[in-house]
Amino acid sequence: MPQESDSSVFVADEAAMVGFGQQLAQAISGGEVIFLNGDLGMGKTTLSRGVLQGFGHQGSVKSPTYTLVEPYELEALTVFHFDLYRLGDPEELEYLGIRDYFTDQSICLIEWPERGEGILPVADLLLTINVEQRGRRITWQAQTEKGRQLADKLKSCTV
Amino acid sequence: MRVLGIETSCDETGVAIYDSEAGLLGDALYSQVAVHAEYGGVVPELASRDHVRKLLPLVKEVLQQADMQADAIDAVAYTAGPGLIGALMVGASTGRAMALAWGVPAIGVHHMEGHLLAPMLEEHPPAFPFVALLVSGGHTQLVQVDGIGEYTLLGESLDDAAGEAFDKAAKMIGLNYPGGPEVARLAEQGDRSRFRFPRPMTDRPGLDFSFSGLKTFTLNTSNDLRVDGVLAEKDRCDIAAAFEDAVVDTLAIKCRRALQQTGFKQLIIAGGVSANQRLRERLEEMVKKERAALFYARPRFCTDNGAMIAYAGCQRLMAGQSSDLSIQCQPRWPMDTLEPITKG
Repeated sequence: MPQESDSSVFVADEAAMVGFGQQLAQAISGGEVIFLNGDLGMGKTTLSRGVLQGFGHQGSVKSPTYTLVEPYELEALTVFHFDLYRLGDPEELEYLGIRDYFTDQSICLIEWPERGEGILPVADLLLTINVEQRGRRITWQAQTEKGRQLADKLKSCTV
Repeated sequence: MRVLGIETSCDETGVAIYDSEAGLLGDALYSQVAVHAEYGGVVPELASRDHVRKLLPLVKEVLQQADMQADAIDAVAYTAGPGLIGALMVGASTGRAMALAWGVPAIGVHHMEGHLLAPMLEEHPPAFPFVALLVSGGHTQLVQVDGIGEYTLLGESLDDAAGEAFDKAAKMIGLNYPGGPEVARLAEQGDRSRFRFPRPMTDRPGLDFSFSGLKTFTLNTSNDLRVDGVLAEKDRCDIAAAFEDAVVDTLAIKCRRALQQTGFKQLIIAGGVSANQRLRERLEEMVKKERAALFYARPRFCTDNGAMIAYAGCQRLMAGQSSDLSIQCQPRWPMDTLEPITKG
């Protein structure tokens, strides 16, 4: 992967995390698969909330840890918010009918993607969240052409 | 009326037979020893969400428990949502097909309605109306229940469910996931006055919950105390105690508000977290002050099970409702869109 498609931003608090998610939504064109890496309590679900709000979702964004996936049928497209934390084996994804979720009209946000390795498709964009001081640093890396276009748009993001 | 109930909305596969006259006649969950034996011992983790393989042996088992043949079943109830579409479809298509083959009606049941009505399976059930707190790994909701199908959502978690917060806090202080009951065990030895964790969203009106911030607070507290990456045993116990108190207090404050707001004198609690001893004690104290009463189901009916689906389905079928031959599941299904049943 070319180094130039790596980028990062510092987010100071929860509101900034939501703000980044909203900007990510603006940059998405449709059909993207985005992996969200980061330990417990890093703000993956908060970031996802920002993305969903960016697409006009108004209600709450519940953690999908127990349900594994929460669907959001929005005006323009459908967002599937996955959390594979509880997955015992990647093959369990086949029992969930995972293949049906990845279409050109859907956006898939996937928390704990490493638990689905081997079954999940290649992500367009990898986002990683780490602690930095009392805030968080979000780093992203494009893995496909679609992801590179997305990363380009994110370069100008401000939070 | 004798109803076979099927639950497959998430991890658990549950089947039960409920009789409107005789009560519960049979009840089986996948995790039971007998089913393991059916597969010659250990069932691989891989199959934990594989309802297909578990369902029919469970149906056979409950029929055996009830000492009856399939022709003694008057109707089939299955969970139609909310939940994972793949998981729901297994229960719905199997239940619908069995009902067709047996020439009896079938009905799709709302999973949360099952939980709400689970205390009705006990010897001293509550009477309508009541306030229900559904609190589990996947849900934290306060519901006003005026009758079957007459539900008003009073408040819910905007992010993590209380049980999920318990499990994740457990992981942060070095316990295995899922670790809700383990946190409670450590908390018993903890100093409850050392830390004071926030009671999220209790300083403003309303009945919604938020537990995500409490998770982050737990993470920061434990990170600050780590020496060379290790958390001392005493620190773990004290954090567990402070965390448990914060969750329990928050739930109790909102339950009291819900009772005051509705004017109801009965509170039921359901879901896995309702088994937490500290929560039960705290709520018993609270309802006493409010001159109200607390109800809950036995522990095995607090978590997902077939009995609650059989019971809920039975109530609706007796009121003349049923589902047609199409197999329809709803992964998202707001509870307040349910149809009330005619009283009488």
